[in-house]
Amino acid sequence: MKDDSRKFPLRPELEPREVKTPDGQTITVDPLRDYFCEAAPRVHAPVYVKIVEDFFNWARSESLWILGFGTGCGAIEMRPLMTPRFDAYRFGIQWRPTPRQANLLMISGYLSVKTLKRAIRSYEQMQSPKYVVGLGSCTINGGMYFDSYNTIKRLDDYLPVDLYIAGCMPRPEALLKGFEDLKKIIRAGKAEGANAYAENFAQYKERQKAVIHDWDMPDYNW
Amino acid sequence: MDFQWIKVAYALLTLFIVLNYGLLMTAVIQKMGARAGRRYGIRVYQNYIDLLKNYVLRSKITHGYMYYLGPVFRLTGGIGLLLFVPTIYGSEMWANFSFSGDLILALYFVFFGTLGMALGAGESGHPLSALGVSRGLSQVTSAELPFAIAVFAVALQYQTLSVTEIVAAQQGGVMSWTLFTNPFAVAAAMLGFLGSMMRAPFDVVLAPQEIPIGPPTEFHSAYLALLQTNRNIFPVAKIVIYMNLFFGGAASWPVFGIKVFLLYLVSAFVGVAFPRFRVEQSVRFFLIWGVPLAIVGLYWV
Repeated sequence: MKDDSRKFPLRPELEPREVKTPDGQTITVDPLRDYFCEAAPRVHAPVYVKIVEDFFNWARSESLWILGFGTGCGAIEMRPLMTPRFDAYRFGIQWRPTPRQANLLMISGYLSVKTLKRAIRSYEQMQSPKYVVGLGSCTINGGMYFDSYNTIKRLDDYLPVDLYIAGCMPRPEALLKGFEDLKKIIRAGKAEGANAYAENFAQYKERQKAVIHDWDMPDYNW
Repeated sequence: MDFQWIKVAYALLTLFIVLNYGLLMTAVIQKMGARAGRRYGIRVYQNYIDLLKNYVLRSKITHGYMYYLGPVFRLTGGIGLLLFVPTIYGSEMWANFSFSGDLILALYFVFFGTLGMALGAGESGHPLSALGVSRGLSQVTSAELPFAIAVFAVALQYQTLSVTEIVAAQQGGVMSWTLFTNPFAVAAAMLGFLGSMMRAPFDVVLAPQEIPIGPPTEFHSAYLALLQTNRNIFPVAKIVIYMNLFFGGAASWPVFGIKVFLLYLVSAFVGVAFPRFRVEQSVRFFLIWGVPLAIVGLYWV
């Protein structure tokens, strides 16, 4: 891996600095340590007996909360799902504005390196069990951006993908079908992407840092 | 009067009934809102699944002690409000832990959850949480003004601070409800009701699917599930107060169900018909329309 620390110095607002508080004390603020947690992710194995875990998985599959985060042109295909024509709410699918409350990250289309950094941060802030769905050809093999210098080609190298929905772009009907397939995967107990991410953490980080050159955050920031 | 332990069981049963009623009613109302937008809407049992899923998420993080206590305070506000006023009039058991002077305690509990939430959301350190809480507090405070003055009017009218006695005074036909004996106070209180139900036009504090989700931005997993539980108990508890003060109370569970549903429907109707206010607009709305109405209601008695 090449060393980019000279080319991309730490942004000034992330450097440690002395701050004077309103009551006159002087404290040191180190944004990278104070604003983030550095603890690595843990594996949260399914611990209950099978029948209970199956029941919980059923609940998880019937209550998919999608993070409202559109990365590419595919985001435009998600909006009709909220409207009367397709109405995904009747399948237990909702959109949440904050990664804390979401458990499904839709990578909707091509992912530029700059957006990948944000997608990783969002993914790491979500609570386990969490699922990733790659939407469109771009997340599978780069699609029409196969020779772009600035987009990633295989999403699965950087985040643990549970399901791909192929197409350029897949129509909302395909998305609904994809959600139903994802539900089947979750109910079968095979959607353990969060644990796979925690187990192969070093490998994922190596690949992520290979493309994101201005890595100015801790390795894992929940 | 000595304390009867069986009351604890009845209180828990009340809580159970109200929680289930709240879960189902919220879903039905959401479906009605969806139908107004020509959608099919969520499934009736969706709230149960969401609640279960949030309780059984595997990982959770913390931001400190107050972060734990925020949802607990919120839930305490809802349960306290429910248990310290008589749910069913005329029944000693379903009156739960009501006592003479419970009106003041109820007024306190209406606000208690919001304050607890402010502490918890402040601890989470997220800027959107702080923003949401300050918006929420200013809006709820201004919505509380007409309600509080209307409650004073009602207390003066019936010369008591006991909810049970206020309900007793309203028995004997629809025309003896506060709605007809003091319409101005009720109108003002209903404006306050709209303001605290977190529905449009006053839901900018907790716009659930937009960037500023408000106070619960950082709350997730079981914390969020506690908040959701409260979201189903608190509106019902609040409507019980309104029902007792202004709409003659309920003498049995079916009457309770119908009245609570209809009152909730008021806020849903207004919600689907009107666009959203910004916070300073809603504060102005309550001060210009709510407070004068409430003061007229005060003069009426």
